[in-house]
Amino acid sequence: MAEAALRIEGLSKSFGGLVATDNLHLAIESGEIHAIIGPNGAGKTTLVAQLAGELKPNAGQVIFAGRDITRLTMPARAALGLARSYQITSVLLNFTAEDNVALAAQAVAGHSFRFWRPARSDPALRQPAREVLAQIGLAERADTLAANLSHGEQRQLEIAMALATRPSLLLLDEPMAGMGREESGRMVALLESLKGRHTILLIEHDMDAVFALADRITVLVYGRAIATGRPDEIRNNDEVRQAYLGEEAIDA
Amino acid sequence: MDPLLLLEQAFNGLQFGVMLFLIAAGLTLVFGIMDLVNLAHGSLVMIGAYLATTFIGWTDSFILGLLLAIPAMFLVGVVVEVIVLRTLYLRNHLDQVLATFGLILFFNEIIRIIWGPISLYSGLPDYLSGHVEIIPGAPYPVFRLLIIAVGLLVALAIYLIVARTRLGMLIRAGASNNEMVGALGIDIKLLFTLVFALGAVFAGLAGMMLGPLTSVEPGMGEPLLILAFVVIIIGGIGSIRGAFVAAIVVGMVDTVGRVFLPVVLRAFVSDAAADTAGPALASMLIYILMAAILVVRPRGLFPARTG
Amino acid sequence: MDRRQILVAVIGLALFALVPPLAGIFDQPFYVDMFARIMIFAIAAVSLDLILGYGGMVSFGHAAYIGVGAYAVGILSYYGIDNGFVQFPVAIAAAALIALVFGLMSLRTTGVYFIMITLAFAQMLYFLGISLEEFGGDDGMPAYRSEFAGLIDLTDADQFYYLVFAFLVAALVVTHRLIHSRFGAVVRGAKANERRMQAMGFPTYRYKLAAFTIAGTMCGIAGALFANWNEFVSPDAMHWTRSGEIMIMVIMGGMGTLIGPVLGATGLLLLEEYLPEWMEALIAGTGEHWMVVMGPILIAIVLFGRGGIYALFARRGGDDG
Repeated sequence: MAEAALRIEGLSKSFGGLVATDNLHLAIESGEIHAIIGPNGAGKTTLVAQLAGELKPNAGQVIFAGRDITRLTMPARAALGLARSYQITSVLLNFTAEDNVALAAQAVAGHSFRFWRPARSDPALRQPAREVLAQIGLAERADTLAANLSHGEQRQLEIAMALATRPSLLLLDEPMAGMGREESGRMVALLESLKGRHTILLIEHDMDAVFALADRITVLVYGRAIATGRPDEIRNNDEVRQAYLGEEAIDA
Repeated sequence: MDPLLLLEQAFNGLQFGVMLFLIAAGLTLVFGIMDLVNLAHGSLVMIGAYLATTFIGWTDSFILGLLLAIPAMFLVGVVVEVIVLRTLYLRNHLDQVLATFGLILFFNEIIRIIWGPISLYSGLPDYLSGHVEIIPGAPYPVFRLLIIAVGLLVALAIYLIVARTRLGMLIRAGASNNEMVGALGIDIKLLFTLVFALGAVFAGLAGMMLGPLTSVEPGMGEPLLILAFVVIIIGGIGSIRGAFVAAIVVGMVDTVGRVFLPVVLRAFVSDAAADTAGPALASMLIYILMAAILVVRPRGLFPARTG
Repeated sequence: MDRRQILVAVIGLALFALVPPLAGIFDQPFYVDMFARIMIFAIAAVSLDLILGYGGMVSFGHAAYIGVGAYAVGILSYYGIDNGFVQFPVAIAAAALIALVFGLMSLRTTGVYFIMITLAFAQMLYFLGISLEEFGGDDGMPAYRSEFAGLIDLTDADQFYYLVFAFLVAALVVTHRLIHSRFGAVVRGAKANERRMQAMGFPTYRYKLAAFTIAGTMCGIAGALFANWNEFVSPDAMHWTRSGEIMIMVIMGGMGTLIGPVLGATGLLLLEEYLPEWMEALIAGTGEHWMVVMGPILIAIVLFGRGGIYALFARRGGDDG
């Protein structure tokens, strides 16, 4: 078997007495969309923070593209090709949409200690930024300040910024958060279009979206993975049904 | 090196330390609870010194003067909080810094208008101006001992307030959390005013103690304010315990360093060089200490707040 | 920068350029001196705005670099080295080094810690200056005007003025290029959302450190010019209230705009110059207590003066300077 895109081995994190991640083992295969679901308090956000490098785990390892990144800082992980989007929209509000994406493109365009040439007229940044904006469906909004974008558009911009860093792994933390039905639909279509081109780790509450998109699903409960499998396997897993109680959520 | 001199300097360091604690305590409380950076805290030290000197002059009694100055400082605290600082709580730190900077200019000038530009000197009553031999052969000024005692008493009082009272509970909770405070049935505005006025009393007390030691003049609180900042940085913002430990450490290091650093340097370099570099190095000592501590602990020794 | 913003900048600088001839016509040489001082502090304010307005770093110790630049000139002058081609590079290098060291330490912290630490470091240099008996201690020491091998004569008020003017223009050009470069984009991004910038792969610390060092260096030049203007160097140059004043200039003029700090420096220093006269004219005997009015004015500027003087002239430009 080829080396997994991301391997999590024995990852543990606790806050005082509260165990948020409990000896978690997980392998994300290259090219798949792997969704992580779980009831509130399952430790999804804590997991994302540990993968992205915002939180240090108490134990365990994170192996990304065959390399142990457990001790690396957030920027160092990003530089290796691990991009993330935020659950709470986290774009640069006083930058235009294009400037946001161009900045992300700049992050992979080598070091940024260039002091003199104007960045705004630099085709090496503008070109990829426009391409990503077009891909994501925000081309007409390129010159709009991020603050003036609608919530749905800001969520799209989040993804665009992650994509512009040309990542090998996308870590998407609830991309549908706070979206209406129509907006969610568009986001699902967008993620669908990324399928196969990027490895995606998707944390999401919207079960319709998860079951429509995911190649494999892992169910997280109290920081432990109680099941991993194809969507139909997860749907029919008794333990999962019990953990969720609200079975209709999965049936829906 | 003379052990008696060392002991005397240690006492001086302790006295300076508790003085710094009196100033830093209010500063760190106000920051911890109201999230307010108040540069004008040093002005409260100055106002305390002027009020005490004036009241002592009027009443012709040191104790009566202080007894009048303390409630007066409380009143000053209430007025300043209600008129100016209250509007700053929701502002960012930059605005707070600049607005309270403006407040300093105002206070210094008001003092000049009322008391004139010339320094005042407040004497000590006979019973406080003598020396006692706590250690045989090392007479120590009674008044400095009094300062140490007052400082330690205030530290104890603050500890009891924080550990035993409802107000303390809120302080410990780091409560700029209006919802929680509201849930406890406490008027948040009143709480803030109270905390600020308390801090003003402590700062004023420091000024009252300082009066007889130095000259009472406009701007006298400002160098102390910056030292109090150093204390808070070292101790951890919002932490009373941190402020106490750091204040004593800073007081000791500064005092003892000034006396002994040139002596110590002489063992390594020429006397002339030591006499030049000694005072220079000593004046930088606590800042170097601060930098060293920050390298190890960027949030101070006792980080009380997150975020 | 849109047309109007460029217009404000150009008209503003043209007015500065016209001060010496106008002062000559009206026989008021005093103004050349006064506006040279204003421009020197404008350079300091522009440099502070680079990190404060564009980088979100609330440095409360910026006067330290004025002191370093000034002392570099003063100390060299004390040892008989009056050559400006030596003095200025030394001043620049010293300010850069100090800013780098202070930045290394202080940028490990954020928020109010950063404010207090930058203040404390500046205060450390202030006390260092006081304890240096050899260089006059708290009294300071005289400094002769720098000599530039006969190319420029700084003892000539007009020539000195235009040297300062050239440095101001250079500071504005450099700042303009910086904030619009890739580097500037990272610094501005770190102000807007540092965590996000790190998640995108920018190790923001080193970019902020570079900006902090550049700003300190630029301010060091202001210090070297200030020593020349004052023909005197003392710890007062780095007194903490001076740092406060430079911050006020930035806020008063318009934080995060290119020309705002220049307007702010002009506004504040003119106010300090004329407020006492106005008060004296209004009520005799009050002039000496002008600070009692100045304080509340500053508070009002902070509380109500969003966008600063610059916002009066040009559309609020925000980050596009």
